Amino acid sequence: MDKLLYIHNGERVHRSAIPHLSFHEFRSELLDFTEAGGQIVQFFAYDENNKENQGKGSLKLLAVLRNESNDKLCVTGCDAPDSFDSLTAVTEKFHMFERELGEQYGLKAESHPWWKMVRYQQNCTGKPDVFGNNYSENIPGNYPYFAVEGEGVHEVAVGPVHAGIIEPGHFRFQCFGERVFHLEIQLGYQHRGVEHLLQTVPMKRLPIIGETISGDTSIGHGLCMAQGIESLADLEVDEGSKVVRTLALELERIANHIGDLGALSLDVAFSPPAAYFGRIRGEYLNLSQILGGNRFGRGLIRPGGVTKVMGEEQRQLIQEKMTELTPEVEHVNDLIFSTPSVRGRFDHTGTVSRENAEKIGLVGYAGRACGLPYDARVKFPTECYGDLPGNSNNKTDGDVASRAEVRREEIMHSIHLVNTLLARSEEANSYTPQKTELAPDSFVVTVNEAWRGEASHCILTDAQGKILRYKVKDPSFHNWTGLALSLREQGISDFPLCNKSFNLSYCGFDL
Amino acid sequence: MLKVIKNRFEQGHRTTKYPEEKINLYKRFRGLPTVDPDCDPAVVQQCAEACPQEAIDSASCRIDLGKCVFCGLCETLSEGKFACFSQNIEMGTAARDDLLFSGSLPELAEHSKTHFKKLFGRSLQLRQISAGGCNACEADTNVLNTPFFDLSRFGIQFVASPRHADGIHVTGPVSKNMRQAVLTTWEAVPDPKVVIASGACAISGGPFYGSDDIVGDLNSLIPVDLYIPGCPPHPLTTLHALLSFFK
Repeated sequence: MDKLLYIHNGERVHRSAIPHLSFHEFRSELLDFTEAGGQIVQFFAYDENNKENQGKGSLKLLAVLRNESNDKLCVTGCDAPDSFDSLTAVTEKFHMFERELGEQYGLKAESHPWWKMVRYQQNCTGKPDVFGNNYSENIPGNYPYFAVEGEGVHEVAVGPVHAGIIEPGHFRFQCFGERVFHLEIQLGYQHRGVEHLLQTVPMKRLPIIGETISGDTSIGHGLCMAQGIESLADLEVDEGSKVVRTLALELERIANHIGDLGALSLDVAFSPPAAYFGRIRGEYLNLSQILGGNRFGRGLIRPGGVTKVMGEEQRQLIQEKMTELTPEVEHVNDLIFSTPSVRGRFDHTGTVSRENAEKIGLVGYAGRACGLPYDARVKFPTECYGDLPGNSNNKTDGDVASRAEVRREEIMHSIHLVNTLLARSEEANSYTPQKTELAPDSFVVTVNEAWRGEASHCILTDAQGKILRYKVKDPSFHNWTGLALSLREQGISDFPLCNKSFNLSYCGFDL
Repeated sequence: MLKVIKNRFEQGHRTTKYPEEKINLYKRFRGLPTVDPDCDPAVVQQCAEACPQEAIDSASCRIDLGKCVFCGLCETLSEGKFACFSQNIEMGTAARDDLLFSGSLPELAEHSKTHFKKLFGRSLQLRQISAGGCNACEADTNVLNTPFFDLSRFGIQFVASPRHADGIHVTGPVSKNMRQAVLTTWEAVPDPKVVIASGACAISGGPFYGSDDIVGDLNSLIPVDLYIPGCPPHPLTTLHALLSFFK
């Protein structure tokens, strides 16, 4: 089939090798593919001639897909029509992607069933805003929320500044008494122009911005970026550096899952595990600090390798701490999951059906908790994952209990992976910053299983090897819709529980 | 119930004795740098050119700690000759200019205007505003409430409503989309009030400097009383700054 180009994770291809279809062919190809169970990894527009030819019909669409068995990535493209028949009207998988296309590039998806702004961002083509926004005014909050009317129906509005120390976003609940009909989540408050920066700033700034796409996923996104640049610049990464990178990603996963399990038990008013896990999460962050000098792994991963080697001293320190912490983690987990009042609150709360999960393309532990087994570490392995065992989970009811159980299992699995990696003897080469030149007219997509799920970066270069388009996708881009669905027909007081069980990134979404 | 008790014994008492006893951080941790002003100008120039944050002024041999994200590149490039990151977490300042660092920072406690100590020294309630960052600052502010740091033992709390607060603690470069929310929250805090800019983003835009979608400097929006540098600031940096400034 010449309509799709099959590619490997992190493989560099010449842009001319990407099939260029008519929009009609492109649309039917995408619909056939998703109909057959495929999912969308990336779907975005770019301006082929970038600055010189803005708004002069050089806009292109590009889609990266993965098939139902998740063993193939493929890519295809076409010219972008100013307006086109919405794909979302046929399948929900395109929902957010089409809204984003409209906002970023002024392309209209006609008869899109939920045609609303994504992050209050002015489009870069100079066309009028498709949502009729005037960006010289203060826009946020000016949003057509879905509303329910009738006796006994009321609205609850939360945010953008929430009660706790968390990121800004606005949640609008449509309720009947305690019962939630619908939750609409409107983000965009964290929008700080990440993609635009990545396309325009000097190369030296890229790793720093990459690590701050989403702070708790510094390693996940840092890795996606490093691999993309390595592929475009022909940089080799030695085995020792790969071990350090894999280790860092797993430590990030453990720390975040532990923090969330603690927060979940606090939300059902069972405070001892919350206190214990709150502290234990910090212990794992401190292991990242031993590895790379920063609790979030900042400054560790750079294109070409890692900035800090793991010597015998660090290996031993991490090993000792892991041995000390593992039984504590097991015991606190046991405390949470064997307490009937906790189980009673977790079970059958915030259920997302497998069918809906597939329709909206849930990824990561949220997807696995619904029975979608996709794990990028297994299906599209990078770094050391090719020869490490995968994890599987049996509880797939799609409720809070399942999402908590998946995380508990993933913590134990990641601890096993960390111990396996620590037993290896490869030492990373010392790192020296080098000038990188990207291959011209090229395209690369990188996919990694960050702790929340599939994170992916696409980089396109122009004829001079400059970055033409940098597209970032955080797993939260898929999963926010999952949180909204989980609240349907729930008590509004279950919201904190549902929210923590997903714990999505606002900034990773807002970009 | 037995498991609750068993775990309680296993966990024991974990709260740090800081500030009475110092906490030793692992040597790789990058805290306050030492700067050698007599370093070979060519080396300083090389560091300044490579610095992703453009935080180094080669002419005056200074590092702007308000821009620095502590990535450690200048230490690597100069092999520790120009800048060398220490494990010192004490970095808070009362004035933006004090962050233009050439080797020493003024004592924060002395710079804190006496009325802050008098007003808030016994009890300080802060409203945290996340204004467009990457959430790492928020995460490392949150951990101050865990049993290890146990912020509330100092009479400092993060509260839910600005009406209950004595001031705001702002993280993030203040995205354009959060500008109004920051102002509204600040206005809702009763006088007298304090403003804390935490992290490179709130001080200078951090990694996002130059973006059209951010304000990039909290002080240009509302007058800042306390600066806490870092990307993100280590929880101890925040704790040290709060204690020295208010206690």
